[in-house]
Amino acid sequence: MNAPVKKNVVKEPSMLRQKEMIAQHFRDLARAKEQGKKVVYTFVPGNLTELMLSFDCLPLHPEINALQSGMRKLSGEYIAEAERAGHSEDVCTYVKCDIGMMLKGNIGPTGEKLPEPDLLLLSYTGCFTFMKWFELLRERYKCPTAMLHVPYQGEGHFTEEQVQYVVDQLRSEIIPKFEKVTGQAFDIDRLRDLLGNSARAEEDLVYVLESAKKRPSPIDAYFGGVYYIGPLFTAFRGTPAATEYYRMLREEVDARAAAGQGPITPDGLLDEERFRLVVEGPPNWTHFREFWKMFADEGAVVVASTYTKVGGTYDRGFRHNPERPLESLAEYCLGCYTNLNMPTRVDMLTNYVKDYEADGFLINSIKSCNSFSAGQLVMMRQVEKRTGKPGGFIETDLVDPRYFSASNVKNRLESFFQMLAQKGQEVPA
Amino acid sequence: MTTTETTPIEAWTRRVEDLVLDLDLSAVRAWKDAQPGRKAIGFLPTYVPRELIHAAGMLPVGVLGAGEELEIVRGDACFQSYICHLPRSVMELGLSGRLDVLDGMLFPSTCDVIRNLSGLWQLEFPDKFVRYVDVPQNFDPEVGGKFYERLLRELLGELCALSGKSPEEVDLAASVRIYNTNRARVSELYALRAEEPWRVPASEAYLALRAGMQLPPEEHTALLEEYLELARAAERPMQDNARVVIAGAFCEQPPLPLIRTLERAGCDLVDDDFMLVSRWLGPDVPETGDPLKALVDAYLAFGGEASCKYVPDGEDKGARLIASVREKHAEGVIFAAPSFCDPALLDRPMLQEALDEAGIAYTSFKYSENTGQLQPIREQAGTFADTIKLWGDQ
Repeated sequence: MNAPVKKNVVKEPSMLRQKEMIAQHFRDLARAKEQGKKVVYTFVPGNLTELMLSFDCLPLHPEINALQSGMRKLSGEYIAEAERAGHSEDVCTYVKCDIGMMLKGNIGPTGEKLPEPDLLLLSYTGCFTFMKWFELLRERYKCPTAMLHVPYQGEGHFTEEQVQYVVDQLRSEIIPKFEKVTGQAFDIDRLRDLLGNSARAEEDLVYVLESAKKRPSPIDAYFGGVYYIGPLFTAFRGTPAATEYYRMLREEVDARAAAGQGPITPDGLLDEERFRLVVEGPPNWTHFREFWKMFADEGAVVVASTYTKVGGTYDRGFRHNPERPLESLAEYCLGCYTNLNMPTRVDMLTNYVKDYEADGFLINSIKSCNSFSAGQLVMMRQVEKRTGKPGGFIETDLVDPRYFSASNVKNRLESFFQMLAQKGQEVPA
Repeated sequence: MTTTETTPIEAWTRRVEDLVLDLDLSAVRAWKDAQPGRKAIGFLPTYVPRELIHAAGMLPVGVLGAGEELEIVRGDACFQSYICHLPRSVMELGLSGRLDVLDGMLFPSTCDVIRNLSGLWQLEFPDKFVRYVDVPQNFDPEVGGKFYERLLRELLGELCALSGKSPEEVDLAASVRIYNTNRARVSELYALRAEEPWRVPASEAYLALRAGMQLPPEEHTALLEEYLELARAAERPMQDNARVVIAGAFCEQPPLPLIRTLERAGCDLVDDDFMLVSRWLGPDVPETGDPLKALVDAYLAFGGEASCKYVPDGEDKGARLIASVREKHAEGVIFAAPSFCDPALLDRPMLQEALDEAGIAYTSFKYSENTGQLQPIREQAGTFADTIKLWGDQ
């Protein structure tokens, strides 16, 4: 049995705003066909939201469907459905959850049927599985597929040749497919306007994430962070609504910081920041609040996380640039977190531990995500060696409830927090 | 009491098996020792252009894991239980010093695990040359072709810098010719196996192919020719086995006993996707014009399919596998994929659907390179072979 979750969950105003934005988006999706809107399925890392919006398309993200199914306790059933249909128990559960949801009628989080795609935009960025995932969806939907191959930063940086390769694909493959599917001509000025909006929102997101350098941190950059990245990482980047959301979020965080307050957790304001942590890896979605509570109950605040960089590493200085629209989109795709090589990822974690004055770092190793997980044990040793701070390691999964063992995770976390306390790194009251 | 004399082909098999199972890479060490200053470059599956390494004056060495031959300790400390076996055995080989003989490593874009392994290699072996080879998934000559050409020119320059060979001395065209000859012998081996499988057991063909992961291509070609001659001359009884194609084993390799188990279960493996690097470009890369451009064009044009390669047109998914079944007159497909291999296991339902539509029988199992429990696989493969033999025409 799962532990009961507290019913009176406290939500920040920005969370409520975001909830309304998402609800409206799904209402728009449900009416897309009758309103003549084209629906584009795509992925979060390397997403080309501004380009899609410049063609008046509605983006839909299978990963987001999967994580929402996880939070709504539906993913286990969907995964079982996909496995019954012949999908291996070994592979990515996001894929199986999405396939299972499709097989069971493709009902979205609002209870309405999701529209079928007019175009599959396969942004092959930082995750091999994406390629297979959209080959699988293509089999089912028999719709056009546009493939954008984003090369990996194997040497720890991207090259002019890589940028040119992505731009060439945008010009020769992606934009022509959008033009064909929508019947609209590419409007670069419209794209520029959207990119300008994105840059403003990105500035505010970085401000919010970096507010965690304060003591106490006014945000939780992992559990809270997944809400903060929502609009920029999904369907809203480039829209005035996203810009407004981030302005509002920034004010909200500023107000908490000015009052010396910590982050808002599901149980309300965190009273005391006992441990400052850096976290690597995605969260578990099937027991999200229970997982968060295991940290909050111990006064553990995540001050920086790598998961909040999967849809863009804005805190490393990248901003979408209207002056170089296609090059800027290419550089965005190339810079997403899982497209960075392991030494760069180790450097990022090391810098986070130092810059955010963390007491330790934790890896949440996801069973079905090789892109994140392969090599994390080596990363842990490297970061421990470079920072002198203790590292913790837990294993869960994205949306497969079979791989979230609450008691095991809690035991490990408690041991980790005890170790932090014993090392005398507890923040003085 | 009678003694059985070792036949020439048995002697060949023992010699090559010793070579292939030698985790200390003695053959590579011997090649390097034969001439001071020689260097060797390791590469992982699925495909790297070995011609570039060869043209730079170095020995390309396939690093395909440790099979069932090595106890994994340090490698297991690098990877969680749900990661496939290949990276842990490769890491074990590296950390135990067995790969010290290699002066560099190339990690091709096969999957996320091999991709991340490239970075781990940079962290664990900072003094070694390490490159990630990101082959294009866009096959337009003006887009993916241009990108790949730039990548190969840069890689060739880096390899020359490592070997100390001046770029002016490089005769890439000669390397292309040498590998073309090698690919032609490999094709001959596969053709003979498909025509007369009783003459070429899959385990021997596998050894013949795998020897090429350690030997210089010229020596490997000679070894293949020696084997082909022996196989054609050997007196072996024709057998009434089921003709099957193996799919899914393009990266982590099945242990040799598993291949022998499939044969003992009544399967003639008439085609497979083992060590695709040996066959990836097809038999003939053009030998005229710019040889580097020829390698690029051959890569873009090659219609081979593996789970690590994007299939731009959904209608083509599984077409290569079906063509292989038809061309080799196979009666079924065995999907043999390594546990936790995302590319192969995600591909499998699509390929199975294509086979269903084509009316081709198949069975599926998973393995790891150190699989020791072979009896269940023998029973499954035996049942599959029997089914084909009994009801294959229905």
